Amino acid sequence: MATRKQLHWEDIEVGGELTELPKVATTQMLVKWAGACGDFNPLHFDEAFAASQGVGKPIVHGPLKRAWLVQLLTDWIGEKGALRKFSCQMRAMDYPRPMKDLASPQEGETWWCKGTVTKKYVEAGEHRLDCEIWVENGKGQVTTRGQATVTLPSQAR
Amino acid sequence: MLPKEVTRLIGKVGETMVLEVEKGAIRRYVDALGDPNPLHWDEGAAKRAGFRTIVAPPGFFGWPAKWGAAGPFFPPLREEVTALIADAGYTRGLYGGVEYDFFHPVLAGDVLSATPKVKDIYEREGKTGKMVFLVIETTYTNQNGQMVARARETAIRR
Repeated sequence: MATRKQLHWEDIEVGGELTELPKVATTQMLVKWAGACGDFNPLHFDEAFAASQGVGKPIVHGPLKRAWLVQLLTDWIGEKGALRKFSCQMRAMDYPRPMKDLASPQEGETWWCKGTVTKKYVEAGEHRLDCEIWVENGKGQVTTRGQATVTLPSQAR
Repeated sequence: MLPKEVTRLIGKVGETMVLEVEKGAIRRYVDALGDPNPLHWDEGAAKRAGFRTIVAPPGFFGWPAKWGAAGPFFPPLREEVTALIADAGYTRGLYGGVEYDFFHPVLAGDVLSATPKVKDIYEREGKTGKMVFLVIETTYTNQNGQMVARARETAIRR
């Protein structure tokens, strides 16, 4: 996030870790997400439909997990960094926590968005980093995996 | 084997959709996501960081100015292809993933032209039987004629 101290390319080493981002998927979050991006697939809110699709019960939107990973990166690179390339692949289903009351979810799993730096280089006049990124569910299993290329400002400039 | 009616759609280019990137739509997106980054919320913070106005999070390209028959989310090209894949026996859908290239930031007030193309359609044997992968490549160009992003999204049908 922009309030965090701005990282510079020189601060980073290959093998270093991105600042982890925790997320809690809730049934409420899925409703908000569906409305915010226009994805009204009943797979994400209709129990019987989800069962008929072979996923058991309503699942977390893949594009929401994608957006979590984008946030992991934009938080980490700060307002002077830029995301150049991003990819992710869905590896397993995730199921949202039900709500306990209007604002808070029931007890359950927390998802962690994580990443490591795999390459550090200068290209096209930019100070770039390649990263492996992923989402882990409450059991520590990777349910979404991806790669990204980001730029950071250099102290040399 | 996928029927020819399906695979011959590889390379087909769909109609260009006009997408409007509204401030309110950006806020609803980052609110749903739980992303408090001031670049997406606060005009002043975005300007201090050197942007004209509020920045859309990468991967958010606004909403279609005109909804197609399939609603706001999927371009008609994708609906056409998934209907034919369904006729071939693959009716259940899942999101596979995406590859993005980002060239320029997308800002509130931008009007994007999005042109989808069928990049690939192929079958694979999965854990639960055969699956079809549909890859749609969409290019996004802003009102100044700059290509801001390219997305290759994979939909899985089984």
